[in-house]
Amino acid sequence: MPLETTAGGSERLQTFPRLLFHHARTRGSAPAIREKDLGIWQTWTWAGVAERVRALACGLAALGFKRGDNLAIIGDNRPHLYMMMSAAQCLGGVPVPLYQDAVAAEMLFVLNDAAIRFAAVEDQEQVDKLLEVREQAPALEHVIYDDPRGMRHYNQPFIHDIHAVMELGRIHDRNHPDFLDTEIEQGQSDDVSVMLYTSGTTGQPKGVCQTHGAFIAAARGSMETDRLDPGGDILSYLPMAWVGDHLFSFAQALVVGFTINCPESSDTVTTDLREIGPTYYFAPPRVFESLLTSIMIRMEDAGALKRRLFHYFLGVAKRCGADLLDGKPVGLGDRLLYGLGNLLVYGPLRNVLGLSRIRVAYTAGAAIGPDLFRFYRSIGVNLKQFYGQTETCAYVCLQPDRAIKFDSVGLPAPGVDIKIADNGEVLVKGPMLLKEYYKRPDATAESINADGYFLTGDAGFLDADGHLKIIDRAKDVGKLANGAMFAPNYIENKLKFFQHIKEAVCFGHDQDQVCAFINIDVGAVGNWAERRNIPYSGYTDLAGKPEVYELIRDCVEQVNASLTEDAMVADSQIHRFLILHKELDPDDDELTRTRKVRRNFVAKKYQVLIDALYGGKTSQFITTEVKFEDGRRGQVSADLKIVDAKTFPVAAKAA
Amino acid sequence: MSRTIGDVILDLQNISLRFGGVKALTDISFDVREHEIRAIIGPNGAGKSSMLNVINGVYHPQEGAIIFRGEERKKMEPHRAATQGIARTFQNIALFKGMTVLDNIMTGRLTRMKANFLEHALWLGRAKREELEHRKKVEEVIDFLEIQHIRKTPVSRLPYGLQKRVELGRALAAEPSMLLLDEPMAGMNVEEKQDMCRFILDVNDQLGTTIVLIEHDMGVVMDISDRVVVLDYGKKIGDGVPDEVKNNPEVIKAYLGAGH
Repeated sequence: MPLETTAGGSERLQTFPRLLFHHARTRGSAPAIREKDLGIWQTWTWAGVAERVRALACGLAALGFKRGDNLAIIGDNRPHLYMMMSAAQCLGGVPVPLYQDAVAAEMLFVLNDAAIRFAAVEDQEQVDKLLEVREQAPALEHVIYDDPRGMRHYNQPFIHDIHAVMELGRIHDRNHPDFLDTEIEQGQSDDVSVMLYTSGTTGQPKGVCQTHGAFIAAARGSMETDRLDPGGDILSYLPMAWVGDHLFSFAQALVVGFTINCPESSDTVTTDLREIGPTYYFAPPRVFESLLTSIMIRMEDAGALKRRLFHYFLGVAKRCGADLLDGKPVGLGDRLLYGLGNLLVYGPLRNVLGLSRIRVAYTAGAAIGPDLFRFYRSIGVNLKQFYGQTETCAYVCLQPDRAIKFDSVGLPAPGVDIKIADNGEVLVKGPMLLKEYYKRPDATAESINADGYFLTGDAGFLDADGHLKIIDRAKDVGKLANGAMFAPNYIENKLKFFQHIKEAVCFGHDQDQVCAFINIDVGAVGNWAERRNIPYSGYTDLAGKPEVYELIRDCVEQVNASLTEDAMVADSQIHRFLILHKELDPDDDELTRTRKVRRNFVAKKYQVLIDALYGGKTSQFITTEVKFEDGRRGQVSADLKIVDAKTFPVAAKAA
Repeated sequence: MSRTIGDVILDLQNISLRFGGVKALTDISFDVREHEIRAIIGPNGAGKSSMLNVINGVYHPQEGAIIFRGEERKKMEPHRAATQGIARTFQNIALFKGMTVLDNIMTGRLTRMKANFLEHALWLGRAKREELEHRKKVEEVIDFLEIQHIRKTPVSRLPYGLQKRVELGRALAAEPSMLLLDEPMAGMNVEEKQDMCRFILDVNDQLGTTIVLIEHDMGVVMDISDRVVVLDYGKKIGDGVPDEVKNNPEVIKAYLGAGH
């Protein structure tokens, strides 16, 4: 097919295999995938990738893979596994990426639920897992591995080297030259292109079926918003089973045509990041946080002059860096200083971090602290947040350039329609919605309402500028006695952004005011106390110090001040709080293993404290049983002070 | 296991080694077969390290014969052992602390470099070609031992377990046919030991390297060795497959004392 007109082209390019072969035809020598092998970055061109995908697809077909079959993909981000996804799609099959660190028993559910006949896996480790559960997964017929290391003694006939499959495919292709093109032609936009399993915190995981059309729409939308171009580079290092990686490293890469880079191993990601210098980058907040911490620690060891230079220019950046990035007016003096700082500090710093070429960096998955967020923006890294879930191709809201609000997830993305239900739940509609949950019509019906909106389960609101703010899981949101919305998680996150506060639990449902339990961060507060010569013996002692109460009260009042900025949550200001005498601990069932507060359990366990908070007492004695790490039990008791915090009148709306 | 144990490649006959009046080894004979994992065990001071030093030519026994690949040798310098395909690691790590992991492993290629000093200094054609080829080999070792993430890290900054792995890497870089490991797992935690065991088995299985190792951890020795020789006070008191050795009364006496 020679030249296609743009309009006709995009109409024809409605499935991922067609996009792949389009790139191979029109810009075949451009880099598609890089992988670091034996210390050297090896490049695969689009034409090269297309050739391999063709061979793999024909090979799969030769082994008996048919339209509608599901192909499990298990492993780190390896080029061949991405190609396997394309290969399955060419044949009208559905790739099902699994989390590679799951143990065999966890994989078993998905293997059976999706009736997996074929699995493409990275290495011996994954092959062993599949062999372990093979008896219980009767549908599994073929296992194809990428890395031959340690596989010499595996001579079972259903285990195949990926190169052998490619050879098989090349022969098949020679004998049936029209076979694959016919198969690709049959692919339609509304065919399922991938199945991603949701983590399943409640009940069994569900397979989310997404179509070519959905992911292509999501990828096109973000391409427009962020003006992504084919010359870009991305580092693909997050699990392939996560919707974000599928959007960034697969869908967007195929739609835009930029290059994906696979790290050498999961331990080398920071080095690889520096070497590749991606233009487009995603990381969860904790990665940005640990990068910043490592810089700060290394600066402590730097010479005095360097240190002063660093801190001086960070001050300048804090003052005007973010504004410059947002295109807001900045005085000439600051502009010049920032320019100098860019030369001396920010530029080298971005270079060390591997962020020199970044045009857009994204974070999501957890709340990011405002200071952390501003730090990266102030040194010139265009860090943004997005919002979405597996069911929406991770594509609902994007923060637009030049209009970033750190506590919102941005404006609805192109093509997405957002509605807030009466109970505060965020409802979304658009081309990126899931087709269905695999074999679960009941769950599908539950999650999509009569008007075709998907129920996200998150509570949020649209602010005056149309930015979406997510405040909590909808089921956790309650109401204050006066009917105002009460979103505990939203307030707790604001509290936890202070380094001195480790954990917070807010109460207020059906009450006339909000009260809070606070856990101090014993490291940060301990350090603070030492510098002020405040002696303490342990957590309980430190938590009861009047100076610490003052410190925490200051944090609480700052949170109260920030809550007044939004009329929706202004009534949720914290009136009274106490600092708990012990740290909330998963061993005592107060936190989940992933360190989320078990709100109801805590409320029941400390009912006496809640009564004291609302009963107007100024102190309350409590004895609590604790479990030590070695299984012994002990008791902690303390007379807890209860303190009032200043609340603020709701700020009058600026005209 | 598809690995087949071959013929005897190293035969030690009636070895005696003395330092002045101290008898380090007395009349010891044992052999090592191709592709096998051969362990030398014994209490402290039994002469295990001396035995290893005899094999790679650091010590020269006063009596006895060493027959390596059918050829008898008496006096030999250690570097000759290296060129004959015998590589080793040390009980106390002997790496170049200030150099990176990559450079340390590269030194393992030294015996295989042909270009002379001047060619290397001027980066002439042959030196360049050679260096690239050696670097590739070193990268294969790095990949094999899964130490990509510390490639450019100076060795002194690494934890002990990783330093041990780097030392194994340097020995492997020489592409030895026989590898002598002097307490490869000493001072390691359980996880590091498991890793090291796996690497030793992988080396043996995938590269076909014959391995002679000294180790104190009996669990490790009994698990991974094909045959075990037991020394005590410089004398051989047992030799055979792990199960035989475990039940040998002499060995039990040496390890647990006469009362048992």
